Amino acid sequence: MAVRVQIPTPMRQHAEGKAVVEVAGETVQAVLNDLVAKYPALKERIFQDGKVRQFVNLYLEDEDVRYLDGMATPVKDGQELAVIPAVAGG
Amino acid sequence: MPSPFVRGLKCRLCGKGYPVEPLNFCTEDFGPLEVDYDYGAIRAALRGADFRDRPNSMWRYRELLPLDGEPTVGKQVGGTPLVRADNLAKELGVKRLWVKNDAVNFPTLSFKDRVVAVALSKAKEFGFDTVGCASTGNLANSVAANAAAAGLKSYIFVPADLERAKILNTSVYGAKVICVRGTYDQVNRLCTQVAFKYGWGLVNINLRPFYAEGSKTMGYEIAEALGWRTPQHVVVPMAGGSLIGKIHKAFHELHEVGLLADPSCKIYGAQAAGCSPITTGLKAGMEQHKPVRRPNTICKSLAIGDPADGYFAIKVMKETGGWGEDVSDAELSEGMALLARTEGIFAETAGGVAVAVARKLIEQGRIPRDEEIVLCVTGNGLKTQDAVGDILEAPAEIGPSLDEVEAIVEGAREPALV
Repeated sequence: MAVRVQIPTPMRQHAEGKAVVEVAGETVQAVLNDLVAKYPALKERIFQDGKVRQFVNLYLEDEDVRYLDGMATPVKDGQELAVIPAVAGG
Repeated sequence: MPSPFVRGLKCRLCGKGYPVEPLNFCTEDFGPLEVDYDYGAIRAALRGADFRDRPNSMWRYRELLPLDGEPTVGKQVGGTPLVRADNLAKELGVKRLWVKNDAVNFPTLSFKDRVVAVALSKAKEFGFDTVGCASTGNLANSVAANAAAAGLKSYIFVPADLERAKILNTSVYGAKVICVRGTYDQVNRLCTQVAFKYGWGLVNINLRPFYAEGSKTMGYEIAEALGWRTPQHVVVPMAGGSLIGKIHKAFHELHEVGLLADPSCKIYGAQAAGCSPITTGLKAGMEQHKPVRRPNTICKSLAIGDPADGYFAIKVMKETGGWGEDVSDAELSEGMALLARTEGIFAETAGGVAVAVARKLIEQGRIPRDEEIVLCVTGNGLKTQDAVGDILEAPAEIGPSLDEVEAIVEGAREPALV
């Protein structure tokens, strides 16, 4: 099954320059595991001590996964997961 | 000519350095970037400086702002009054109280003019012709107005349920206003994606390291107005959680460059109970804020459910010995009315939050009654009039008759506030 992952500009150099990559997985965690298996340089940029970094936000179909089931959130075939830096505003 | 006082940008988490460029986060860990100053050079440049010769605007501290050249946008921003608020002090049962009144900031009546002046001056240095922002209202007004004056095109993204006044006060300047059906956090996320896709200068996204520095001038002005010293306590409204950190940074920078002997000051954050991710995190003993998915408060300017500076805001409150509190919509409306009635200052909802939170902290004994307190008022009540509409007495209507006036003066009426 294929899930599309949006890669933010500053991380694209570690994903063959791609804006979107296709990976597999049935949960957010599994999708990210597959992503970093394919592009190992992304691993330390997304994770720290096995957890998603403080300033990395994840959105499944535009919804923040923290408001779903976090890393255990189920992911369906064809859905899109966006990796986006946390940005303050005002 | 690059500024002699700026070394570049650096990550607030890992410290990795970057050149001066429109980039707001570290490519290693996504930590936010901030400007890296050469304080030794600034200290040397300011030695013997006579501030009486400087303009009465935020640019009197220009060595501490990250521009290469002279400011080209927002040259008159800042220099707002620090008002001694004895009447309000009496109501709150404290001795020495001031209001830093950015409700009269120029040109759009909020502290956001400070950040926008830096961001758009920097945008011009970078050569952007289109700018924009994600906003809860005040920033939208300010970017639109300052972009118009600077001859820049602007795209402004706001939540669709924003106060009508804040939308009108953006459109009038000719900005392209895009109302997004969703929360501020969704607007902000969308704007981050927009920043990746288009080559625009989004003030609170890719221009953020420069933008955020403008807030420091509110702190510099407070310290200078008190005679180059800090108050013992400052109460600051929190939305994204940036301003509170910049006030703290301002005091420490003034110390670092030799203008302030003692930078210590207890700093308190204020939020609305209907969207209190930062104070909730603080009170629960967390290091991080607790995100709020659906903010529900009339204080829309503070309705950011997932403030990325929450972590830093909590740190500042803890490290300075301050604290944080949140207040209900009823309490914040009363705060607005109280400030207006006692000091003649009509602040927006966020100002009402600052007043009501100060009252709460004083009653809790967290802020001592006999020490110096400054409340930061960041926006103007004319933009959020509905928030007090229900609690003010309707005006009396009479015929053109002296008898009818007399009936009113003789005391047939309730006091102005019910």
